[in-house]
Amino acid sequence: MSGRTEGAFAYSPRRAGAMMLRYWYLLRSSWPRLADLIYWPTVQMITWGFLQYYIMQNAGFFARAGGTFIGAVLLWDILFRGQLGFSISFMEEMWARNIGNLMMSPLRPFEFISALMVMSVVRLSIGLVPVTILAVAFFGFNLYGLGFALVAFFINLMLTSWAVGIFVSGLVLRNGLGAENLAWSIMFLFMPLTCVYYPVTTLPAWLQPVSWLLPPTYVFEGMRALLIDKVFRGDLMLHALALNAVFFAAGVVAFLKLLQSARRHGALMQSGE
Amino acid sequence: MPAAAPPIAIERLVKIYKTIPAVDGISFTLAPGSVTGLLGGNGAGKTTTIATILGLTIPTSGRVTVLGAEMPRQRYRVLHRMNFESPYVAMPMRLTIRQNLTVFGMLYGVPDLARRIVELGEQLDLTDLLDRPTGKLSDGQKTRVALAKSLINSPELLLLDEPTASLDPDTADWVRGRLESYRRERNATVLIASHNMAEVERLCDRVIIMKRGRIEDDDTPAKLLARYGRYTLEEVFLDVARGRGIEREAAQ
Repeated sequence: MSGRTEGAFAYSPRRAGAMMLRYWYLLRSSWPRLADLIYWPTVQMITWGFLQYYIMQNAGFFARAGGTFIGAVLLWDILFRGQLGFSISFMEEMWARNIGNLMMSPLRPFEFISALMVMSVVRLSIGLVPVTILAVAFFGFNLYGLGFALVAFFINLMLTSWAVGIFVSGLVLRNGLGAENLAWSIMFLFMPLTCVYYPVTTLPAWLQPVSWLLPPTYVFEGMRALLIDKVFRGDLMLHALALNAVFFAAGVVAFLKLLQSARRHGALMQSGE
Repeated sequence: MPAAAPPIAIERLVKIYKTIPAVDGISFTLAPGSVTGLLGGNGAGKTTTIATILGLTIPTSGRVTVLGAEMPRQRYRVLHRMNFESPYVAMPMRLTIRQNLTVFGMLYGVPDLARRIVELGEQLDLTDLLDRPTGKLSDGQKTRVALAKSLINSPELLLLDEPTASLDPDTADWVRGRLESYRRERNATVLIASHNMAEVERLCDRVIIMKRGRIEDDDTPAKLLARYGRYTLEEVFLDVARGRGIEREAAQ
């Protein structure tokens, strides 16, 4: 009865562009949405920045490790806001009860996903670029000073954020807005395990292998190696990239399976709880 | 030369949600250019039938062919040739009418989109509202916007789910008039799920009545009225809904 869907992998830049335009119109039309993108990253960065400033004045190690807290906060925000940007754009369709209109149109899943990926970068940039400039002004921490390493960190964190965002969107599609809270909270499961603010060796020995299964762990370890030991660990970035390929593929497969399940259960005509 | 595929051909369609049959072995075929009313009480299976035709739901068994494509497996062959309107599927509220129509026009691959939007604005009396956010419109205006979205790609097959629900009689009449002209101009095939019997009597040349997932009757409005000995489709509908149809036929 189901079988493989013909033409599901065709890609039209015009259709993907239509979805990007739709989210851009939405962002433009709502200043609270724009303000929200900047508000929390700013509050976080300022809080952690002052904490680091205080510790640096009192501890020799942290004086050497200048910027690790602010750097961790900013990189964490790339991971968290990247996923949130993806998931919120998707949930806009659920909140607007528009998902049925999209699913009965010629829009393909990969066109939809790619539009959400682009919008997560747009939303992240709107929020994070002003905050990184504030970090220079307030605490003298220049994220862009990380150079090529920042590119490697960014690519890896975005890939993880998209993989998680795609998976969460599939869950919301299948289970309705009752699963919405996952979009806000799922990334916090990564926070203790990916060792955002401390080295992996801080974790109990039995938990460390779990931590090394998560791509962001390599990024945060890489950031500490760069800021504390002044060494760029390319090997860590390659590990992260390989794991991200697995995470991303798993996210896409899960999304397609959940979409198929939503079709089987008649969930696409409803978008409530 | 092979004959053109019918706009919709349904054979022994069954859809079961968990253990509950929403559609229970229905079959029908629509002729090109026809307007068919799909009647039935709440839970009769109308929406599930339409969702299956649109490729939104996977049938448990049976076969649904739309414009020659098997649904949902071959849906991408034909989705650009059909469209759907329902007050229960909303349009993004913060976007203006023009923005919404631009997005959907791009999704459906409409050529010369700007001109098509202006044309629809004129046809559906939306020209002065095109740059207003959809959420700030009245119910009647929103219905016209939803209709504009459903006509953006000039569909050969138009599916409507209670297109005039919650509209005042004047606006509802106006919408029916627009649908009649569109069908005539495009020779489109239209399937309307509705509870409004007057609407069905005016628009439809065929009526399919569903009850508990099955087709209870299927004929032209005139023949249904004659067979049930009634003056209105509403009376026929009530006979079917309350199980009086067979008794009346037997008595006659």
